[in-house]
Amino acid sequence: MFKYLPHTNEEINEMLEVIGIKNIDELFLEVPKDLLGHDFDIPNAQSELEIRKTFSDLASKNKELIPFMGAGAYDHYTPSIISHLISRQEFLTAYTPYQPEISQGTLQYIFEFQSMISTLTGMDVANASMYDGATATAEAMFMACNSKKRNRILISKTVNPNIIKVVETYAHYKGIEVDFLEEDKGATSIKSLEEKMSKDYAGIIVQSPNFYGIIEDYTGFSDIVSESKGVFIINQDPSTLSVLKTPREWGADVAVGECQTLGIPLSFGGPYIGYFATTTKLMRKMPGRICGVTEDTEGKRAFVLTLQAREQHIRRDKANSNICSNQSLLALFVTIYMAVMGKEGLKEVQTTSSDATHYLYEKVTALPKFSKVYNKEFFKECLIETTLDPKVISQALLDEGILGPLSLGKFDKSRANQLLFSATEKRTLAEIDKLVSILEVL
Amino acid sequence: MFYDNLIFEISKKGHKGYSLPKNVFKSHQFPSELLRESSPLLPEVSEFEAVRHYTNVSFKNFGVEKGFYPLGSCTMKYNPKINEDIASMSGFANIHPYQPIETAQGTLEIYYKTQELLSEISGLHTFSLNPYAGAHGELAGLMIMRKYHEDRSDFKRKNIIVPDSAHGTNPASATVAGFKSIEVKSNFDGTVNVDALKELLNDEVAGIMLTNPNTIGMFEKDILEIAKLVHDAGGLLYYDGANLNPLLGLVRPGDMGFDIMHINLHKTFSTPHGGGGPGSGPVGVNEKLVHLLPSPVIKKVNNKYVIEDNNDTAIGQVSHFYGNMAVVIKAYTYILTLGKENLGNVGRHSVLNANYIKESLKTDYLLPIKGVCKHEFVFDGLIDKSHHVTTLDVAKRLLDYDVHPPTIYFPLIFKESLMIEPPETESKTAIDNFIDVMRTVAEEARTNPELVKGAPYNTTVKRLDEATAARNPRVKFTDLIE
Repeated sequence: MFKYLPHTNEEINEMLEVIGIKNIDELFLEVPKDLLGHDFDIPNAQSELEIRKTFSDLASKNKELIPFMGAGAYDHYTPSIISHLISRQEFLTAYTPYQPEISQGTLQYIFEFQSMISTLTGMDVANASMYDGATATAEAMFMACNSKKRNRILISKTVNPNIIKVVETYAHYKGIEVDFLEEDKGATSIKSLEEKMSKDYAGIIVQSPNFYGIIEDYTGFSDIVSESKGVFIINQDPSTLSVLKTPREWGADVAVGECQTLGIPLSFGGPYIGYFATTTKLMRKMPGRICGVTEDTEGKRAFVLTLQAREQHIRRDKANSNICSNQSLLALFVTIYMAVMGKEGLKEVQTTSSDATHYLYEKVTALPKFSKVYNKEFFKECLIETTLDPKVISQALLDEGILGPLSLGKFDKSRANQLLFSATEKRTLAEIDKLVSILEVL
Repeated sequence: MFYDNLIFEISKKGHKGYSLPKNVFKSHQFPSELLRESSPLLPEVSEFEAVRHYTNVSFKNFGVEKGFYPLGSCTMKYNPKINEDIASMSGFANIHPYQPIETAQGTLEIYYKTQELLSEISGLHTFSLNPYAGAHGELAGLMIMRKYHEDRSDFKRKNIIVPDSAHGTNPASATVAGFKSIEVKSNFDGTVNVDALKELLNDEVAGIMLTNPNTIGMFEKDILEIAKLVHDAGGLLYYDGANLNPLLGLVRPGDMGFDIMHINLHKTFSTPHGGGGPGSGPVGVNEKLVHLLPSPVIKKVNNKYVIEDNNDTAIGQVSHFYGNMAVVIKAYTYILTLGKENLGNVGRHSVLNANYIKESLKTDYLLPIKGVCKHEFVFDGLIDKSHHVTTLDVAKRLLDYDVHPPTIYFPLIFKESLMIEPPETESKTAIDNFIDVMRTVAEEARTNPELVKGAPYNTTVKRLDEATAARNPRVKFTDLIE
């Protein structure tokens, strides 16, 4: 007997009798004999308390550090109520809301999520989520290429290299050609856009704040792209939209991005959650699930998955996207985050993070072995150059329990001495001063 | 009472639900051109208002812990709480994906060992845990198939064979990977018609996507012959792992001849469905395709766990980082809890449950395919269709009895499909209760059909007007107040 397998031998026999067989083996007679009988080399079962010991040992092989690194995963505070609410079985163990009468809980929070993403980005419609910001960006590319019937896309070199890699991967197998917009002093070059944009391209993908943390100025971009009737896609961290100019205000057609910054723990990279928002004009080409409002037979307001004719289970081989499961529970997570932080809280968190990063930037670039790289406005992440060996910096900080900046050498060996720092509202003045004092003596 | 408020509707200016440390840093002023002009319409609520709101919203949902949830092809088994405790340990939750690997050896060991266990369970050489969901794993798997042929300079193979009973993600994934799908006819029991398959195999076929058992719960008994035919024609076999549960601890897809597969950790390996994610869709391959797995890969080198970029041979990258780590931890916890002793009974008991229900209800519901099924089976609606009570009506009436309906209108090969999957975690008591309820509804359909057609009556909302929602979509709060 095992706690996840409730049947007693007596019960099994009762069931076998109803079926009319003598033992369970008779239910596998059509399976070729050669396929049965493998001796599985799996460890023996552990009791629950042995499980706790096993994982406690594993967790102790990790080291929790104080992060001064972002690069796509940011250490923001998670309000206490979230874990309790999302672990309610009604949310945690429910299936996809295909039977709306008993899924109004899921559908309602998805509707709230869509509403919050729409208002943050300024867009007309948002979907129920994507796997992460990188795949959301790739799917935006697909939408642009499908709606314009073009198979070339432009992406800025200032976009996070992982996002570029995912976009390139998705593009390759779909026969889409990816070309690049050049970087000019840390931001996307408008000159490069003027030179390259044409009716051959379905659109452009840019990111702000970009990989270097720089807030890009998209003045003139929308005009250039729409002159060639292209799709203007901006990848933007939604938490920064509590303060920064929105994709809609820049004239973008699509906004996508990573919502990890809305309180989701670092979790070694996942699960996170991507968002996808666009204009009414492009709504019917948007991938993923969309929740809408309707009424029931008694006139009560209710929520339901809508525009399902876009999705894989209906369009099958004519689908533009194959997404089925998304990141629903994380949509609830960030919805509760945005609800409880609210307009003011979200602004305060991001402003504090930005101020902390600027403080760090001034202090570190004042040190003799560190210098500025670019001269543009950055938000909560900054690029600083050093004459020191980045490995020495990393180790010195690690010895003090600090996760230091990311060296760009991870993606480009020629830029190994350029370091990406980030500070969030969780970093205290004392922590930043300590970081500076360690760097000072190297 | 029916709770009908949106968070925006209970918002009141000045209500505050958060606490942050004081901002002691000098304020940095941005040029106004970079700042947003419009103010976002986000709520302002106190902490307790937020808690009460989302608690009440939760009451409008039906989770697997509330009642029987026999959704075919979804494997709604119990989601163990120990998995949740382990995944949320701070030693796992607070690790940055770019920490030096020496400081993340615990997490990397979990990844590596999970990869190994999935290999042993499935018979495929190596797994990547990068894909975030089943459909995502499928996409990665099909990209692997493309690149395998491309690397051999075989550019003719643009077609993928898919059974006509396949789940929608199969042809959709094929399209996203740049293939054309060709449907192969099924036999009456949904299994692949081998003669029809022979007609389709040629040097333009990259491979075939199959699930075994198929979506109707029938084991593809000709699988060894199918594998040989496809391989002889130069193609590869892809296994959709959605139906892996009945084979757990008994039969291995790798042994059947599959070259590539994905697994749904949120189905077979007990991680919660979350209302639609996060899931996890690891992709596994045989030895000759290992170099194609998405980048980065997690390996063990000299007793240390490392992360390697294999972009020079890989299909590329399908995720920003490494996948849904917290979901992987839950699956690993589950496998260690099951252990060798219990693995085989997952398959055996799930198949026992399905056949028991099938035999118990075949006098009320139309069973199109006789004979033994595996973990799931399909009824083609009620036997007595004289009162025009449809599968939809039956599904809605089940809601009134606190039973989640089975999957309806899928697979498409039957008009009134009701696909039932009772996982191995269901007790005989729960199963017998389900059988009673199904018999009751069948009886109601005979004696009081209008009652069934008007269902549901006891749910928070009644049947919905889905047509208007699609014609005139209102998809955010401001659409309601304009």
